[in-house]
Amino acid sequence: MTTALALPAVHRRHVPVLVTFGLFVLAFATGALRYENFGTAQVFADLFIDNAFLLVVAIGMTFVILSGGIDLSVGSVVALSGMLCAVGTSRLGLPGPLVILVVLLVGTLFGAAMGYVIHVFEIQPFIATLAGMFLARGLCFTISEKQISIENGFFDTVALNRVALPGGVRVSAGAIIALVTFAAAVYVLHWTRTGRNVYAIGGGEQSALFMGLPVARTKIQVYAISGFCSALGGVLFAFYTLSGDGLHAVGMELDAIAAVVIGGTMLTGGSGYVVGTLLGVLVLGVIKTMLTFEGTLSSWWTRIAISVLLFAFIALQRLVGIRRRARSSPSASSPAPASPSPTS
Amino acid sequence: MTEPVLEVTGISKQFPGVRALDGVAFRLFPGEIHALMGENGAGKSTLIKVLTGVYQADEGRMTLDGAERRVHDPPHAQRLGISTVYQEVNLCPNLSVAENIFIGREPRKFGRIDWARIRRRSAELLARLDLDLDVTAPLGAQSLAVQQLIAIVRAIDLDAKVLILDEPTSSLDRGEVERLFGVMRRLRDDGVAILFVSHFLEQIYEVCDRVTVLRNGRLVGEYPIGELGRFDLVSRMTGQELHDLEQLEEAAPAITRGRRLLALEGAGRTGAITPVDLEIHEGEVVGLAGLLGSGRSELARLVFGAEAADTGRVRVGEETVALRTPRAAIDRGIAFCPEDRKADGLVMDLTVAENIVLALQAARGWTRPLPPRRRDELVGEYIRKLRIQPPSPGTPVRNLSGGNQQKVLLARWLITRPRLLILDEPTRGIDVGAKTEIQKLVVALAGDGIGVLFISAELEEVLRLSHKVEVLRDRTLVAELANDGSLTPERLLGTIANGAS
Repeated sequence: MTTALALPAVHRRHVPVLVTFGLFVLAFATGALRYENFGTAQVFADLFIDNAFLLVVAIGMTFVILSGGIDLSVGSVVALSGMLCAVGTSRLGLPGPLVILVVLLVGTLFGAAMGYVIHVFEIQPFIATLAGMFLARGLCFTISEKQISIENGFFDTVALNRVALPGGVRVSAGAIIALVTFAAAVYVLHWTRTGRNVYAIGGGEQSALFMGLPVARTKIQVYAISGFCSALGGVLFAFYTLSGDGLHAVGMELDAIAAVVIGGTMLTGGSGYVVGTLLGVLVLGVIKTMLTFEGTLSSWWTRIAISVLLFAFIALQRLVGIRRRARSSPSASSPAPASPSPTS
Repeated sequence: MTEPVLEVTGISKQFPGVRALDGVAFRLFPGEIHALMGENGAGKSTLIKVLTGVYQADEGRMTLDGAERRVHDPPHAQRLGISTVYQEVNLCPNLSVAENIFIGREPRKFGRIDWARIRRRSAELLARLDLDLDVTAPLGAQSLAVQQLIAIVRAIDLDAKVLILDEPTSSLDRGEVERLFGVMRRLRDDGVAILFVSHFLEQIYEVCDRVTVLRNGRLVGEYPIGELGRFDLVSRMTGQELHDLEQLEEAAPAITRGRRLLALEGAGRTGAITPVDLEIHEGEVVGLAGLLGSGRSELARLVFGAEAADTGRVRVGEETVALRTPRAAIDRGIAFCPEDRKADGLVMDLTVAENIVLALQAARGWTRPLPPRRRDELVGEYIRKLRIQPPSPGTPVRNLSGGNQQKVLLARWLITRPRLLILDEPTRGIDVGAKTEIQKLVVALAGDGIGVLFISAELEEVLRLSHKVEVLRDRTLVAELANDGSLTPERLLGTIANGAS
């Protein structure tokens, strides 16, 4: 109860993020020592360029997971958004900015609709967003079964130009958009009531309700934010590939979840930081980059590395979580009327 | 007298099959601590839920500060100035202490949350209650007692005129209770109206000014605490008027004590029940009497290993054992029929036969299924013995009456041939005929040499069946009374109310 006792607990919440940070530094340093030209600012910047869409999608996922939910639809929404960008510009000949605006709106509404279904019908997020995932993927193929390339001046300009930073490092517009999204997410989660409500609901939905917090609104907001981030991720993906394809971003929801978890956010909700997600994406990115530099290994080794990391982090969370619980409730008699009958 | 801050009249609430509240009236004055007392099913929690907007009353009026109000939901109640702190703290353990006090109404500066101000204000509010905490520490790192005080701080800072404390002391130790009472008295002196619900009689007398008693959804009365003795309070809560009890036939069954089955030697569990000495012999019916929350069920759970004892010793026969799990108890021939047969015992969608063999099958393990013929024999035997109606093994348990469901549950345990049977409120909520049958069955089982630990809220039943009665009060075993004819209902009631026999 004293400060001396409470302080380690505060720090303990930061442990997963610090571990991820250490991991990233270690991986990057290993790469720099092993490969020529790895330890440069441009390689670091390329991590943001090549993973801009994943970062944006994972940020949206962070909101959802912090609230105690999950969103499996993000990969499909990325593909659908890319498809809409391609159709809007190349087939319908609409101006690029207008198309992007419509796509962001569609993604946000798509997410809000899933949030509404989850809240009002009390459906598990897993199932509701699984349905959303199939729906969005299916819609892609009703638009076109083939890849559509984007031929649009605005898209070309944004996609191909690089912004020069001091020191000769060049970054894409996508990377900048991703970083701005990151900054906005940090602000919302830490400095606004909406953000704090997300944490509160993740900590205990029932409690949040009893404290008079707007649970329904916040839950719908969370999925709307994830939908918006997926749509924005889709737009960035369209910049990156300059095409729309129903087969794009298959399984990206799992990469996003992996990045969030490696970033130290608890899948049970209520605990984690969006900066962890940034680090999680960077860790995934640096592994991919190392495999590229190695050149001889199959890219599927990335998956194996991710799986090992995931296991390690889930184990870490359990350890941190168990110790915290053991400390907090020694006096509480078990409130759950554990069934004394061994059969039920 | 001042005007009541909160007044309800003629409140009724109907649930399918139950009239939970029937024309209840209740008043709460500013600057008082008011106890709401009643046994199981009295309507206490329903009344609280009506006051806080969880339920809407079917009939009745509610005025707050003289103005008629309807409470739509708990947040609305909070806005009206009615705050509730539950036994289970409804705060977020992952957020900091300060944030838990202010979430939902954080002070903002330039559109963003003013964290510095939140921390400063929280520290001030806590200091007013003599709490010195690191307000940035997560709530989950605090003890339950401190979490409750933080919940109260949050409620008070919401400008609560009415503070409802629903069993806040159940999991607190003595020092923590004192601290809570200190806070409650200070708030009362500031003019807050406090509604206090507790099962601990002594606490009611220690801290409360007035008491309202409910029974079976009806108002029994409202009394200044000084004018209502413990004995009167208990008899009003239980509705056991003495003249009723005295008509009871003296029926202490003959005692043929066998070997000792079980002995608790100073066995207890912190926060659940203080150390207890208790012996149960073959063929003996031991009654547990006491009010709701007195520790009856906790003691039963200790014997069954659902809660492990953390002090003292438990002996089964002559052997000292650690009953850490129900499995360990079952292996030593102890069986438990829980109080809530729907939630804890029966699988409603399975048939009578399947429910009866469940425990036996579980004991054998799934690799050794019970042969169908043996199963049919056993099921048929117990349906006959216990006279389960209808006597068809294939009926889903859902379709049986409450009394017959109880018999199915009993059969499940009898089939495993236990040496000690714990019955927690076996006759609650079943009709009179079935009740008598189950009572007869308990006598017959004891005649066969089974030891029975019998828990019931009905004193009459405890007296009729038990060889000795263990009286529990405020989680402590206060007396062991031999049921030898000298034990009158009056003496039993007095012991429950006052402790000493």
